[in-house]
Amino acid sequence: MQGVRTTDVLVIGGGLAGERAAIEAATAGLDVVLLSLVPPRRSHSCAAQGGMQAALGNCTKAEGDDPTLHFVDTVKGSDWGADQEVARIFADEAPVAVRELAHWGVPWTRVRPGRNTYFVKGERVEIEEPEDKAGLIMHRNFGGTAKWRACYAAAGTGHAVLYAVDGEVVRLGIEVLDRMEALSLVHEGGRCFGAVVRCLRTGTLGALLAKATVIATGGHGRIYGAHTTNATINEGTGAALALATGVVPLGNMEAVQFHPTGLVPSGILVTEGCRGDGGHLLNARGERFLVDLEPEKQELASRDVVSRHMMQQIKDGLGVDSPVGSHLWLDLRHLGEKHLATKLREVKDICRDFLGIDPARERIPVRPTQHYSMGGIRVNKDGQAYAMQGLFAVGEAACWDMHGFNRLGGNSLAETVVSGRVVGQRIVEFARRASLDASAALASEFAVEAEKRVAAWLARPSGGASVFDVRDAMAEVMLSQVGVFRTGPELEQAVEALRQQQRRLDSASLRYTGPGLNPELTFALRLEGMLRLARITAQGALERTESRGAHARLDHPDRDDAAFLTRTLARWSDGADEPKLTSEPVGLIDLPPGDRGYGKTTTREMSVSIEAYNAGVETAWRAEGWLPTAEPVGSRLPEGDWEERNLSRPTPDRIE
Amino acid sequence: MSASSNEPEETRPARKLRFEIFRYDPARPGVEPHLDRFELEEQPYMTLYIALNRIREEQDPSLQFDFACRSAVCGSCGMMINGRPGLACSTLTAKLPDEIRLHPLPAFKLVGDLSVDTGTWFRGMAEQVEAWVHERAPFDPEAPEERMDDDLAQAIYEGERCIECGCCVAGCGVANVRPTFVGPAGLNRIARFALDPRDARGEDEWFELVAHEDGVFGCLGLMACHDVCPKELPLLDQYAYLRRKVLGAGRSDLLQIGGSEGDSA
Repeated sequence: MQGVRTTDVLVIGGGLAGERAAIEAATAGLDVVLLSLVPPRRSHSCAAQGGMQAALGNCTKAEGDDPTLHFVDTVKGSDWGADQEVARIFADEAPVAVRELAHWGVPWTRVRPGRNTYFVKGERVEIEEPEDKAGLIMHRNFGGTAKWRACYAAAGTGHAVLYAVDGEVVRLGIEVLDRMEALSLVHEGGRCFGAVVRCLRTGTLGALLAKATVIATGGHGRIYGAHTTNATINEGTGAALALATGVVPLGNMEAVQFHPTGLVPSGILVTEGCRGDGGHLLNARGERFLVDLEPEKQELASRDVVSRHMMQQIKDGLGVDSPVGSHLWLDLRHLGEKHLATKLREVKDICRDFLGIDPARERIPVRPTQHYSMGGIRVNKDGQAYAMQGLFAVGEAACWDMHGFNRLGGNSLAETVVSGRVVGQRIVEFARRASLDASAALASEFAVEAEKRVAAWLARPSGGASVFDVRDAMAEVMLSQVGVFRTGPELEQAVEALRQQQRRLDSASLRYTGPGLNPELTFALRLEGMLRLARITAQGALERTESRGAHARLDHPDRDDAAFLTRTLARWSDGADEPKLTSEPVGLIDLPPGDRGYGKTTTREMSVSIEAYNAGVETAWRAEGWLPTAEPVGSRLPEGDWEERNLSRPTPDRIE
Repeated sequence: MSASSNEPEETRPARKLRFEIFRYDPARPGVEPHLDRFELEEQPYMTLYIALNRIREEQDPSLQFDFACRSAVCGSCGMMINGRPGLACSTLTAKLPDEIRLHPLPAFKLVGDLSVDTGTWFRGMAEQVEAWVHERAPFDPEAPEERMDDDLAQAIYEGERCIECGCCVAGCGVANVRPTFVGPAGLNRIARFALDPRDARGEDEWFELVAHEDGVFGCLGLMACHDVCPKELPLLDQYAYLRRKVLGAGRSDLLQIGGSEGDSA
């Protein structure tokens, strides 16, 4: 592609969230162009394995489930860091989204009436599934949920959902430009007009102008180098685009999820469905250490809690030593060959292909591995970015923010399609009202800037550091000092080390300066943004002197609701050496902060009443650039709904 | 790793792997297609994903190839590995000889070196076979989901598992010479939707879609597709299902078309 093109809606990112939003816009008759680094079916949504949470309540162990329970589980999972209204919108819409996917052809596993054998808390149990539920969508158990709620297609749920959604994209004739990367957003005076793009076939630059621009580029796990379950393309390109505007903030970047069962040594994901279906975690002595540590949920406490217990086992010398580092075991042998070959087939394949083992006979070596970015582009409940009209973000790239400081398993796949639908409608409304009043001069201004950036890389004198060495140094800092457990001194070192790597990148040079795509140049351009995201992650972790969800400060072990019932916001002004961090209230509180029911916490209580906290939310948000939403704040949060369900008020283990 | 099955690999002295990699970059038309040689010391659990990245980062940063998930689910990294199509990310070098020859998949447009444009091919195929559920009625957000027997759901999932890596297409004698042939992946895709009762397409429409030489009768039955599929899809069964489906449409003329299948070679 060359030159300048215009469209109604530009979607950057061809995974589930981006495609679902694009479908919403195309169905409304808008002209949509979808950019993707890879063909959409290869985006990382396809790697989601075990399930998608939606409270359909179809099987026996899901009886009585409803969106209120899903909402409560999600907020508890977030350790009260979530925007509760967004969690509520999500929980309410998830069942419809799952059924819509069934309509589009997802082969969900279905309820088999009669006697079924399951594994629950280490015991083999037989449960009768009722005849009147026969053939409805089945659920499996996942961590941190009161009911079995995850809808699934074997361990290939993301793949099946992505193919169904992409099928709709093809049916609607939505134009997809694959192997295309956005290098910068075209914007002026707090209004976004599209993006400057680079073709990953030829290296050619161009511009796409749009009434509405949507970032759906997924997470940025690759700031942890190879120590992540994420695909190679999850390099935070979208978050970096927003950050580079200088005015759009990123939210809660210090909230990083480590998945308990990353395969050793490759880091490939092994689904939580393994534990949901009854798999055990064992230490080097062969003990199920979680039975004593988490009597209530055992292996199915939330991911932050299980990952911490695992890392503690390893620190206590109870890990299994191996030439590729210490690990623990995931034991699925008791589930039996047939279960592994059907409901966990993809896990069986991964074990065979990457380790040469059969999980029906051998244990799987695992350890906590970076998995999910709760943080991202801060948006309001309509998905519109702070301080930037016409810019939207959905899915993992966004901080919408239903996950707070810990995301529940199966909630991200659900978020992609739910946010794509919900935000998609807001995008349609925006694009219908908006006119495309961007000047060609503005587009070429940004295109020239991007050209200069590319040319400067190619013109650098040889002999500087290799971009790959800088990446490895960044990854090492992130893993060793911004990992599962954090301390103030280590985070200070991390910030300084990352600062040094940024300076090193300033004088790094390319080994290859030839024409065309140039994969080394492509990576160098991304690495600038990745280092900024890493810096903000470390800085946010340093300044958050409490422990909440996945953010575990050994020097500040309490959750501090008096000082940190907040969301960190980070901006990076043009030309500045340092990011600027501020904070805002998490949102309206309906479910009061309390005990999660797993992962023992001590809490410093809120210093103001919930009423007083809630009264200050909108003003504080506006001061941070929050843009007014189609409906008023709180319109979708029915007050006290959880109380009417006779759910007990969460009781904190208080300090003082 | 302490798993006993993994010990032989640890105790073996590191091998020197010798790579021969196809090179052609359309951005440099003056440089003829050729093979480049690289050497690399093998490491435990090394896959071609690890090896190719090491070659690019340590020896030749211009080398083009595609990976995304590196866990054999996204289908990005199909290539010819010692003459056979396969996924590079899930190929352990331990399973290969010391000499490793890598070529891009044939039948697809070359992007550069080992990178091919599978995205355009598969989008075209999806449009050709209309690879989506043709709805019987618009979605009703208020209604519970339509019921489906779990055995049928599993059977649909079996075909749904295709990751569109292109290995079957590259291994197919017909797809390599006839661009309009939907290829093994296309036939599998059709079978997946034909089995799905949610799809409103009737027997006549399936007939139109498959009963010709760009469809199921284009297949010569060499079945390399079945042998090379990294996901071990039961392609043989899928084609048999399609043929029966077409014959079930009650078109006796099909028997003759079926008989002329060999001639289409």
